Amino acid sequence: MIRLFILNIVRFFVLVLFQVLFLKNFSLYNLAIPWFYILFILLLPLQISNFLLFVLSFLLGLSVDMFSNSPGMHAAACTVLAFCRILLLRTITPRDGYEMAVEPGIKDMGLRWFLIYSSVLVLVHHLILFNLEVFRLSEFLISSVKAISSAVFTIFLIILSQYLFTGKRNRKNT
Amino acid sequence: MRNLWLFIIRNNAFFLFIFFESAALVLLVQNNRYQKASVVNSANQIAGTIYSKADQISRYLMLGKVNDSLAMENARLRGMMENAFYDADTTRVTVNDTTHLQQYTYITAKVVNNTVTYRNNWMTLNRGSADGVQRGMGVIGPHGIAGIIKDVSPHFSTAYSILHKDVRVSVKLDSSDNIGSLVWPGETPLIASLEDVPTHVPVSKGEKVVTTGFSLFPEGTPVGTVVDVKRGGTKSFLEIDVELGTRFQQLRYAYIVVNKFQQEQEQLEEKLEQ
Repeated sequence: MIRLFILNIVRFFVLVLFQVLFLKNFSLYNLAIPWFYILFILLLPLQISNFLLFVLSFLLGLSVDMFSNSPGMHAAACTVLAFCRILLLRTITPRDGYEMAVEPGIKDMGLRWFLIYSSVLVLVHHLILFNLEVFRLSEFLISSVKAISSAVFTIFLIILSQYLFTGKRNRKNT
Repeated sequence: MRNLWLFIIRNNAFFLFIFFESAALVLLVQNNRYQKASVVNSANQIAGTIYSKADQISRYLMLGKVNDSLAMENARLRGMMENAFYDADTTRVTVNDTTHLQQYTYITAKVVNNTVTYRNNWMTLNRGSADGVQRGMGVIGPHGIAGIIKDVSPHFSTAYSILHKDVRVSVKLDSSDNIGSLVWPGETPLIASLEDVPTHVPVSKGEKVVTTGFSLFPEGTPVGTVVDVKRGGTKSFLEIDVELGTRFQQLRYAYIVVNKFQQEQEQLEEKLEQ
């Protein structure tokens, strides 16, 4: 339990700093910008209480906002992401329910489950974020295209990081 | 009452969502509408310090390019010095100049953080209110205009980049003095578009675009050059693409423009609105 707590705190700071210091200059032809930091919300433990989930998501968004001069923008998108996570986890529960104390990552849940889970959530987050940033109906189409291409980029980075940082041992759903 | 309580507990996810989402949206809208000096921005001490540490590293890697651009700017300025001109007049007269009051002075600043990839870009400078920087001052780079100061803390300030959806700068075509406004359509950080120029105005490619004296920048500050002109069908205005003089990816040093008569002008213009 303590281990899980410390792991998540470290992950919070590492992801925020990685996002604002490194990934801010990282874009493909101005078309795809990765917002990799949301991996933190995706990987929060399954048995976390709703209240804590919302508080952490809000704080995560706000800390990225602090660095990108957009108070509330990332916080709003991350809150939507947290809400969608609750709805999605309720919808795609396995038949026997989730096993005890698992983290929703590739290691415990398998690639197929994780791919669906992360794709839906990343896409929702990016669509909200890019349209909040522009806040103009006339640019809705172009910003949505940017959001989708960025989402593909982010999902790629997320899957890659899962394979890099989690061992293949004791995977249950193979 | 008990049923209501049960209902809220059963749907707690939804109510928590509404609560946090509205908090975030209040922050967002407040910042956009009133342009308030907000607490959550990169001018605050924590973010400012982290950014300047990170910048020290990347600045070192950019030394070569920065040296080149500074050397070029030095050469240009040297060319403007009095001793660079051949003096055709043989008599010398000392004039105590009382007709020219200095209107603009400049504060040099390092750009400690800068983005170009988003729709709304901004930069952080290492000068703040302790150095005399105030909101609304213009920021120019070595090759042209760069931004507008938004928030100021004692030692840092944040500025809207020209690459921001809400920034509009009053500019004119250098040869014909026709005015228009410069906005950034958001496609590449190199190109901005010049709006509100009527179709009867002759515009040629390669023409220089400079600022008018109406806004924060001194009149005639370079902005960029015209690279493309289109006549948009039934519209009564030209669509002009301007290549920005400032290379935002490489912007390392900037000057903050202090207009000494700004307050006087604003006070006078306020009377018109009453």
